[in-house]
Amino acid sequence: MTQLASLSSTLLYVAFVLYLIATAFFAGSIKSKKHTNQTGKNRWATIAITITIIGFVSQLGYFITRWIASGHAPLSNLFEFITFFGMMLIAAFIIIYFIYRAHVLGVFALPIALLIIAYSSMFPRDISPLIPALQSDWLAIHVSTVAAGEAILAISFVAGLIYLLKDVDLAKKGKQTFWLEAVLFSLVIVVGFIAATTTSQITGYESEFSHINTEGNEDVAEYHLPALVIPHQGELVTENRFASPVEMPAIVNASRLNTVIWSIMVGTVLYLLTRLIFRRSISALLQPLVRKVNLNLMDEVGYRSVLIGFPVFTLGGLVFAMIWAQIAWTRFWGWDPKEVWALITWLFYAAFLHLRLSRGWEGNRSAWLAVIGFAIIMFNLVAVNLIIAGLHSYA
Amino acid sequence: MSEITCKCGHVNPEGTELCLSCGRALTTDAEEKKTSDVMRYEGMARRSQTYNGSIIDKVWNFFSSVKVGVWLIVITLSASALGTIFPQVLFISPLEAPEVYYEERYGVAGEIYYILGFHDLYNSWWYLLLIAAIGTSIIIASLDRVIPLYKALKHQRVNRHASFMKRQRIYTEYPLYSSDTFSKIKDGLRNKRYRIREEDGNLLAEKGRFSRWGPYVNHTGLIIFLIGAMLRFVPGMYVDEVMWIREGETMAIPGTDQEYFLKSEGFTVETYDADEDKEVFGATIDRVGAIAKNFQTDAILLKREDGVAGDSSNLVEVEEHPIRVNQPFKFDNFALYQVDFRQGEFRSMSFNLVQKESGDSFGPFEIDLTQPEDEYQLDDDHRVELMGYYPDFSGFENGEPQSPSPVPNNPAFLFKLFSPEHPDGEVAFIAIQQNLEPLGENDYQLSFNGVETRDVSGLTVRKDLTLWILALGGAIFMIGVVQGAYWNHRRVWVKRTEEGGMLVSGHTNKNWFGLRKDLEAAFTNTGLEQPKDQHEQNLNKVSAGGAKEEENRDTTS
Repeated sequence: MTQLASLSSTLLYVAFVLYLIATAFFAGSIKSKKHTNQTGKNRWATIAITITIIGFVSQLGYFITRWIASGHAPLSNLFEFITFFGMMLIAAFIIIYFIYRAHVLGVFALPIALLIIAYSSMFPRDISPLIPALQSDWLAIHVSTVAAGEAILAISFVAGLIYLLKDVDLAKKGKQTFWLEAVLFSLVIVVGFIAATTTSQITGYESEFSHINTEGNEDVAEYHLPALVIPHQGELVTENRFASPVEMPAIVNASRLNTVIWSIMVGTVLYLLTRLIFRRSISALLQPLVRKVNLNLMDEVGYRSVLIGFPVFTLGGLVFAMIWAQIAWTRFWGWDPKEVWALITWLFYAAFLHLRLSRGWEGNRSAWLAVIGFAIIMFNLVAVNLIIAGLHSYA
Repeated sequence: MSEITCKCGHVNPEGTELCLSCGRALTTDAEEKKTSDVMRYEGMARRSQTYNGSIIDKVWNFFSSVKVGVWLIVITLSASALGTIFPQVLFISPLEAPEVYYEERYGVAGEIYYILGFHDLYNSWWYLLLIAAIGTSIIIASLDRVIPLYKALKHQRVNRHASFMKRQRIYTEYPLYSSDTFSKIKDGLRNKRYRIREEDGNLLAEKGRFSRWGPYVNHTGLIIFLIGAMLRFVPGMYVDEVMWIREGETMAIPGTDQEYFLKSEGFTVETYDADEDKEVFGATIDRVGAIAKNFQTDAILLKREDGVAGDSSNLVEVEEHPIRVNQPFKFDNFALYQVDFRQGEFRSMSFNLVQKESGDSFGPFEIDLTQPEDEYQLDDDHRVELMGYYPDFSGFENGEPQSPSPVPNNPAFLFKLFSPEHPDGEVAFIAIQQNLEPLGENDYQLSFNGVETRDVSGLTVRKDLTLWILALGGAIFMIGVVQGAYWNHRRVWVKRTEEGGMLVSGHTNKNWFGLRKDLEAAFTNTGLEQPKDQHEQNLNKVSAGGAKEEENRDTTS
């Protein structure tokens, strides 16, 4: 079983590398002088999508072997869920790719999936047993459907981002230029988080603070990055470790906030370096990639993925969720923060569809809505688990 | 009612935008609107767009507006998000007073949160009002649209006026009409599963009309769901009770009118074991410590045969059933859920009566902490009388021992000890770690002999007769949303002009890419170029860069 578990990790690693290679080929497919068309047959793109599919199969292998090794669907903590979300994003991309054959989607969808998978592996990766509340077939049914729905909706973000990169006139300083850069900056922060965490994992940095928690009891907080903020009445226990004098109130999880500060710092440094080296904003840097993009097609891809993703999300995030909640938590709805945010996501995309169908919000506006929708999904995926404590805090 | 007569002679009801017969725009307003806006409801007269006189008209018009609907959705979602900033009052311990809790924990922000009532946001009158407004909007907006839309699609004419054709997004004028080309297009579309109608050499090909009903079907589902949610407040539809049952205890199940009783045979907690369970779990168990594997109450359901309520003498065993998390015990519309437990509650304590001087011991005797007896006879000469019992002893007040609850968390006793030396008894007060002799030094004392503990299961008793309505609403919603999202309503018109030319236009409610593909297939054998997407062309004119590649985009895929 432990052998199977290590095979599983290897397969995930292989998938990650393959997605990375495929991204390069997709980039080649739209750069290639010989193949000026952005869609349709193109040797670079054929190689790229083939590698993507092999990567997907490898990741599917990770999923299945981990399932066998643990005896339950590997969807029970943040690492497993976010990895699966990344896999579903790849699957959704492959499907949309075969409908529209738009190579440029690969140039953006794959890096975002890579970012998501890398992000997931910052959380504990051990195979853990299921607590009683999770021991149900609904774990596999509910969680996988939610992930699939959110991943399909995320494709609309990818299409929207491409749309905006081409559509927004970067020469003009304005709200759109600013916010587009802000969206890209937030992606760089995720890179910052991954860089900071990976460095600490490699160096094995660790420090502990004794502190007073919200209940007024003594507790120990673990830090994996030098402490820029310390917990409420925190005392450094580990020797020869850095501790700043900035103390947080008890309701703030200082260790997590510390990680957030580090991520933003590293991300900002990376961002500034890019700007210094290329002397251009990231939006401007990416713009040549989308110069030949057909805006109409991107608009349609975005809309289509919302249309496909919305029913899947409703089924997984609300219908299956309610059925399981009735079985496990005695009531189908209980205003748990995760439930509320699933409702918010659902309401948001309902508004998206109404604006599009009845008020003619297409193109630029629709693309912005897709970006906001993805931000809501990410908030529910990450922040609700880490910041807002609730029934869904499993990791 | 003022009717509108079209140039073609057809008489249309007031408010119509496109003639029901030929499709001409009837008002200058309709002419100037974007085609996609007019075609959305087929240019039909809608009540909300036609009348605006009475109060009823105004209310109707307000709720029928999608703009209003979207605002209601956006307000509701923002409000819902507000409710997750701090925990809702239902998540904080019932022992905490909310008016103190929020301020103590979250400072001024928490205080404001509490004062504004956000701590119980989802039960606030204004939140419920928002939901009600959305419900009203769904009903009115749907009715306002579905009826005219149904009529329009049912009475479609094949032959449309040239102006109608021209303003469609997909439109091309071909110089020559031939019946050969016509039948090729017709067959091509038929192969793509279009339903074909033909009239004097004109064609209407249509498919997926039923997807237009999707929104109205899913709105019906939502309304049924909301009605189901309201029915919870009808007495008898919904039971939500908590019961704490001790091991070995039999008690009436709350909410069943004393008809059903439950006996707990025992409560078990299991944790994962690094040796017994899968080896791969080892790392996690090392990292986080013990992980719960199972919470289980072994229960027996009993039913009262006859007799008065509360009488537990005539109980008949119905079923023995374990209650586990994720595996509730269901019976007769009720379900029992394992939700909580308390381990190691004191069940009984036993003592010996000891003569201090000689050390002679009498007893032991055991006191059941939930049903203590008044007197314990130890032998012919020695007995102990229980004068006072304080199951949850918290201290003395004015010399009186206090017990804030009947739960034996910290039992204390006031005894009178009878012996041959003291036929009138000696008084002793005993609590955990405490031994008082309030009326002077005694010759006898009680020595602690042992304690027995037991577990208590916390169960939720639930009955919810609204579930099937909610399930029905949910199912209808899903059907409707899939119907509307996964199918498209596509139409193609072919018109023979008096000059011998041919007009072809197409419209779809969404997925233009799909319609273009259908047309591409239908036109391959005709030798004609497929009808153009005017929207696409306009866009290409705007984007100077890669226009060339984009034009041959469809032919290369």
